[in-house]
Amino acid sequence: MGEAIVITSGKGGVGKSTTTANIGTALALMEKKVCLIDTDIGLRNLDVIMGLENRIIYDIVDVIEERCKLGQALIKDKRFEDLALLPAAQTSDKSSVTMDGMKKILQELKQTYDYIIIDCPAGIEQGFQNAVAGADKAIVITTPEKSSVRDADRIVGLLENENIEPPKMVINRIRNHMMKNGDMLDIDDIIQILSVDLLGIVIDDDEVIKASNNGEPVALQGSSKASVAYRNIARRILGETVPLQSLEEEKGMFQKVKQFFGIRS
Amino acid sequence: MREENQTITIKGTKDGLTLFIDDRESFDGVMDELADKLSEYNPKKDDPVVPVTVKLGNRYINDQQKQQLRELIGDKKRFSIELFDSNVIHRDEAIRWKEDSDMKVINRVVRSGQVLENAGDLLLIGDVNPGGKVIATGNVFIMGNLLGVAHAGAHGDRKAVIAASYMKPSQLRIADYISRAPDYETEGVYMECGLIDEKQDKIIIDRLQVLSHKRKDISGFERRILNG
Repeated sequence: MGEAIVITSGKGGVGKSTTTANIGTALALMEKKVCLIDTDIGLRNLDVIMGLENRIIYDIVDVIEERCKLGQALIKDKRFEDLALLPAAQTSDKSSVTMDGMKKILQELKQTYDYIIIDCPAGIEQGFQNAVAGADKAIVITTPEKSSVRDADRIVGLLENENIEPPKMVINRIRNHMMKNGDMLDIDDIIQILSVDLLGIVIDDDEVIKASNNGEPVALQGSSKASVAYRNIARRILGETVPLQSLEEEKGMFQKVKQFFGIRS
Repeated sequence: MREENQTITIKGTKDGLTLFIDDRESFDGVMDELADKLSEYNPKKDDPVVPVTVKLGNRYINDQQKQQLRELIGDKKRFSIELFDSNVIHRDEAIRWKEDSDMKVINRVVRSGQVLENAGDLLLIGDVNPGGKVIATGNVFIMGNLLGVAHAGAHGDRKAVIAASYMKPSQLRIADYISRAPDYETEGVYMECGLIDEKQDKIIIDRLQVLSHKRKDISGFERRILNG
């Protein structure tokens, strides 16, 4: 029996779809059976980030309105055998999906997959309700900005009313130099306000944008900081204890030598 | 073994008249006797209005009966009933009193978009986040960070106070007063309280210690019952 995890944030543009794609990919890398669901009906883009846009034949609305079987709508990933995507519809709107329909799909997917990662649309209306219906766990994405933390707080409050485990949080788009200067909210400040467990932090990395434009989730690239961060998050979801990534830039050889001799840079 | 004319006793005090009504007589009997007693009394039109306190003993009278008494005593004659004083109150009223004077303890985080409403005093163990709101008809005490909106004395009690372990509220409201955070970025304050300062006619934030002389009755458990 699998586990359904909804990725949500309230505010738009904080990286829900990117996080969904990368956590899903990272879990697939660890040889788990994963299915991604895009519930942002009318504004789908998880398929673009995954580079699977041209393979869509049926979508989630077709499944709910019984124009096709669930298995027909699932798109198999081009890199992993055990990674699948259930795309959103682009032509319908959010009222085409019902909470009961969602629950039914999740029940069916849980039989086959270990993890079902649901990409939630922005906002707190019907689309959010649909995405959350039937999920077992929730991950709230926020960035170190006041407005995004405010919306995350609202979402955490709304999730309290759902039949769901207390959510975990991912802080995305961290810019180290701004956090150091105090121009951005501190990680500790965010944790204190939201009072939820931290699942991971992801540094604002140019590679993420490059990768999603290429349809290759950044988690596949070995070395970039964001890639490591997403893989760490996946490992924590699997129950491993992984320390938080250091925010410090890698020091050059010269600086290391200077430090060794006690010279202040 | 009592005499008929002792059901109603009238006493004059410097504040007006006090009417003692024996609680063993039926209400209709009281009305009859009162009408009888008052028929002898015919004040002139320009006499001053005399305030009357009606002491009911262990009798409960409802609003309709109060109105009857008012009509009988007040309208015809130059009396006006200032106060009905009874040893007993209706159960609903007692429950309302209890609710208004009770302290409710709640342990949660009031998040953005959430409203926590409470009759009586509120002790919140947890934070009020930005965008969250707590409302109480009595005082608001917060063991945690107050970053959102707090409203004390929501039914108009200007003596109500708001106290918090850490205060950086976006708004404080007490009764019909509102104060908001300044437009510039400020540090919050620890262990302080907001209350209405009568002289300045606005909400001020001060150390918790000032409560001990500015709001003496805050420690009293039955204060509102005694105050009425």
